[in-house]
Amino acid sequence: MKAGTNLEKVLESGRFAVTAEAGPPRGAVPSVILRKGELLKAFCDALNVTDNQTAIVRMSSLSSCVLLKQLGVDPVMQMVCRDRNRIAIQSDVLGAVALGIWNILCLTGDYQSFGDHPTAKSVFDLDSIQLIQVLSQMRDEKKFLSGEKISGEVPLFIGAVENPYADPFEYRVLRLAKKVKAGADFIQTQAVFDVSKFAKWMEMVTDRGLDKEVHVLAGVIPIRSVGMARHMRDNVPGVSVPDEVVTRMEDAKDAREEGLKICLEIIEQIKEIPGVHGIHIMAVAWEEIVPTIVERAGLLPRPLI
Amino acid sequence: MLVSEQKPMEEILRSLDGEKRIFLVGCKGCAEGCESGGEQQVIEMKQKLEEEGKTITGFSLIDMVCNESLTRMKLASHRQATDSADSLLVLTCGIGVQSTAAVVDKVVHPGCNTISSGGAHAEWKEAERCLECGDCILDYTGGICPIARCPKNLFHGPCGGSEGGKCEIHPDLPCAWHLIIERLSKLGRLDKLEAVVPPKDWSVSLTGGPPRPR
Repeated sequence: MKAGTNLEKVLESGRFAVTAEAGPPRGAVPSVILRKGELLKAFCDALNVTDNQTAIVRMSSLSSCVLLKQLGVDPVMQMVCRDRNRIAIQSDVLGAVALGIWNILCLTGDYQSFGDHPTAKSVFDLDSIQLIQVLSQMRDEKKFLSGEKISGEVPLFIGAVENPYADPFEYRVLRLAKKVKAGADFIQTQAVFDVSKFAKWMEMVTDRGLDKEVHVLAGVIPIRSVGMARHMRDNVPGVSVPDEVVTRMEDAKDAREEGLKICLEIIEQIKEIPGVHGIHIMAVAWEEIVPTIVERAGLLPRPLI
Repeated sequence: MLVSEQKPMEEILRSLDGEKRIFLVGCKGCAEGCESGGEQQVIEMKQKLEEEGKTITGFSLIDMVCNESLTRMKLASHRQATDSADSLLVLTCGIGVQSTAAVVDKVVHPGCNTISSGGAHAEWKEAERCLECGDCILDYTGGICPIARCPKNLFHGPCGGSEGGKCEIHPDLPCAWHLIIERLSKLGRLDKLEAVVPPKDWSVSLTGGPPRPR
């Protein structure tokens, strides 16, 4: 065990993991994140807290993770490179570990022009792969990036992301391999809608034997409305929603039920793909649907290890 | 004036490792003024590389390598010598390296680090090509600069937002990493990207460290 978090235990035991996402509030009221934690804790093995996703200012991921931890949730702290240099990053990692936040997910971060402060100066001192490198060095060698020694242990279970739908397709697995080489323990993918393309990507992952070195969690997004389907297809960078999914949503009498059905069908197929070790549910602004998804996907009860 | 200085010889030799036949490009503009890639430095580099057992298939001194069409024309007249070379070593600022890479289908190595723009941004106006990061990595990226051309300055791109060769930030902006992969695939050198590049020393960049005397 690298950090002994609940997520690591579930994945190491070979069980099919379920994680979900809890976006922090645009304010300082703790009850918002606590409510999401209470709602989701029995239905997933760990809960991701996003780090100012789409470059919109929210409560910090670290503080939100601490609030969740107090509820008994195993938090996954997302950390992006957009807003912090290597000094702040390493300092925040030490603080997080001290507070019991041991799962950290490394991302480069959405560019600031997508958010509410497009005129901000970005940092990008490191990129996501270098962030993974820094974290694994802190954990394995107990050294800062500078080479100076860290006092004490830095238990971390290190996550990263990959998008099987971004271009160039063939290069995506090579890039995943670099993340594994840099020290990633688990991978969350961008949302899967086109399952056959994802299966093709997973085949390349398993061909390289990467599924033996890293746990791949397939991302899923339940679609709540026709508008959301269209918006994700047309405007959200990195997300690829096939027209067929949008048409199904348009033709449905009950859009929410159809969105749920589509999501469950995708999970059903994902479970059969070799090398996939779990799912990560990103129910953006629809967290209350997660218990239903996990239950109807036959993934309850969650293991107690 | 783009201020550049030659990379240490050990670094140049490391980047030329495994390659025997080299074509040299020098610049009679800024690099000559900086004594990093003018006529004299090109001749010295030729001798140094020959002492290391390399064959210099030829060299070209171009008035302003940053002038892409001039560079294209000049190098066309050396077609045979560039074709028979394993790679080109370009003793100019980062812009000259990129304009050379843009006109020759060969591996192009930067022989200099770009230290400062000294106020101007040379001749290639189409887009930003060099942010004077002070530690040129064009060798790793096939002569296309991700520091200047990727909004996130990624060392390991493309990010998850790259689609159809375009940057997620703007539909008119090519994804720099898509270009890098395309070029290295064409050259059969995708292996260059297998490396995990450690965090960069930003202290030598235009925006890092104390202001430098020019």
